[in-house]
Amino acid sequence: MSAPSVSEQTPPQQIQPKARTQSRWNPRNPWRHPWFLEGFTWLYLIWSLVPIGIAVLFSFNKGKSQSVWQGFSWRWYFTDPVNSVLHNPQLHAAVIQTVRLSVLTTVIAVPLGVAFAIGINRWHGPIPSTFNYLMILSFVIPELIFGVAMFFVFTELFTTVHLGTTAEVLALVTWNVSWPAIIVQARLVTLGRHYEEAAADLGANRFQAMRRVMLPLLAPAIFASAVLVFSGVIDDFVIVDLLSSNAGNTPMSVIIYSTQHGGNGGPALNALGTIMLVMSFIIAIIGYLGYRFLTRGERGSRLEALTTIAGSES
Amino acid sequence: MRRKNAFWIALAAPGIIWLVLLFIVPFYAVLAIAMGKLDQLFESPVAVWNPFAWSSENVIDVSRDLVGSAAFAGPIVVRTVVYVAIASLLCLLIGYPAAYFVARFSGRRKGLFLILLIAPFWISYMMRMLAWITLLQTNGIANKMLSWVGIAPVNWLGGKPVTVILGLVYGYIPYLILVLFAGLDRIDPALIEAGRDLGLSKARTFARITLPLSKQPILTAMLITVLPMVGDYYTNQLLSGAASTSMIGNLIQGQLGTPGLEGQGAVLSLLLLLVLLIPMIYYVIATNRSSRAAA
Repeated sequence: MSAPSVSEQTPPQQIQPKARTQSRWNPRNPWRHPWFLEGFTWLYLIWSLVPIGIAVLFSFNKGKSQSVWQGFSWRWYFTDPVNSVLHNPQLHAAVIQTVRLSVLTTVIAVPLGVAFAIGINRWHGPIPSTFNYLMILSFVIPELIFGVAMFFVFTELFTTVHLGTTAEVLALVTWNVSWPAIIVQARLVTLGRHYEEAAADLGANRFQAMRRVMLPLLAPAIFASAVLVFSGVIDDFVIVDLLSSNAGNTPMSVIIYSTQHGGNGGPALNALGTIMLVMSFIIAIIGYLGYRFLTRGERGSRLEALTTIAGSES
Repeated sequence: MRRKNAFWIALAAPGIIWLVLLFIVPFYAVLAIAMGKLDQLFESPVAVWNPFAWSSENVIDVSRDLVGSAAFAGPIVVRTVVYVAIASLLCLLIGYPAAYFVARFSGRRKGLFLILLIAPFWISYMMRMLAWITLLQTNGIANKMLSWVGIAPVNWLGGKPVTVILGLVYGYIPYLILVLFAGLDRIDPALIEAGRDLGLSKARTFARITLPLSKQPILTAMLITVLPMVGDYYTNQLLSGAASTSMIGNLIQGQLGTPGLEGQGAVLSLLLLLVLLIPMIYYVIATNRSSRAAA
């Protein structure tokens, strides 16, 4: 009520210069919007996203060209009887293999990593801390070096595991188990021990406290890590490239690589890439909504949910 | 005390056993093959598990490849260092301003910018490379645009270092930006405002406050990009495929499938691991420290 009357009392000649220095465009205004930085950021975003948009677009091209638009069609997805993703046995098998690897790896790696995180966090001593360091090390080691080790261990030592789906899953679990192990530990550290102690005071034994109190509190972290493992496997290339042995166990990323490398790609490959992209985006959306749902009532923001499901929490 | 621990030990045990069998043992296998012999008949590597029986055959072969008159691997190593250095610096030069803008100035549109910054993270690496192959083909869109301004088509994918470096930057920059954003977003804006209030110019506020505070995120972000770049062989293979641009990753990957050279591949990957161990250990310690600080 009183605010408008105050501004009416201030003489107009005092407002004028002030308004000018505070303009978003005035270079002398210290709080001016950084247009140059914003333009730079947009240029970066265009550079980073437009090429992918073009590649997606040409997966719907009627003709074989990847530079001339010849009309919209689903040819490279379903309708072409030979070369579409649906009808080319190699491409078709690749989609199935990617889904199979993602599901199997997530189902094994997440429980393994969560249990490891809780155990390591509470068990003190040199052994757990050594393995904790080892776990973080497995997170940053270049994938090629890790893949070489996996290749040799399955071809020279554990030779009963032949190259193929089993070897791929074992290696992918090892490679991805650090997601749940690291994210759940970070969450454990922020939670502290109060909840568990309260549960114990109220008469819960350790197992009950874990199941009824800790697991629900850890749910967002467990869920986020599952999303990261699943999408990480979709995206994975080096491990599956080194460990796949035939068309039946070669996932999408390797098919794109080996076919394109031979130079006979064509729009069906763009279609395959687009399917991968859609799969990942669906996982991302599920991840975002699920994470928001699990953290409802907490202080965390939408932005935090976004960065968490992209794997940047700590 | 012992009984109290048993529960936690039982929880951690499966993960520990898994790591021993599928992380430690595999690296010992690499060592055993690196120090092993060659089956002359089948040209296949023979692992020597007993350290007292190790042979230095492969190590000598590799050192001959790396240094000396007939060394072909030496230039590859130098090229790897140069490419990775240029590419990661470009990543930082492009990524820092973008991450800085989104963390500090995007205001209410932060969510939108963040989604756009994160989007490439969700798009498969191979798909992103495919996108550039589509653009850079001889009859692709890039050359078409060049022909409008009268420039003759360029064979972008025929072994050009520029294309490979561009590919590396394009491939790894999303990871760098994400880490940088997370770090820069945590800088308290009050510190920057205080700097301005106390009379520092814009540039000096940046140099005296923002930059020192972003040292740690920059280091971590660079590690996150440099480590996988060093082991990259696919970007190079897809965007060039020529021997004139091949990197250490191509060398190791090529030796894996070649009879008679697998032992040398093992030596090279162990050497690479040894060199990268220092930055990796730095990362491990820094991560551990920051997670303790959060507690």
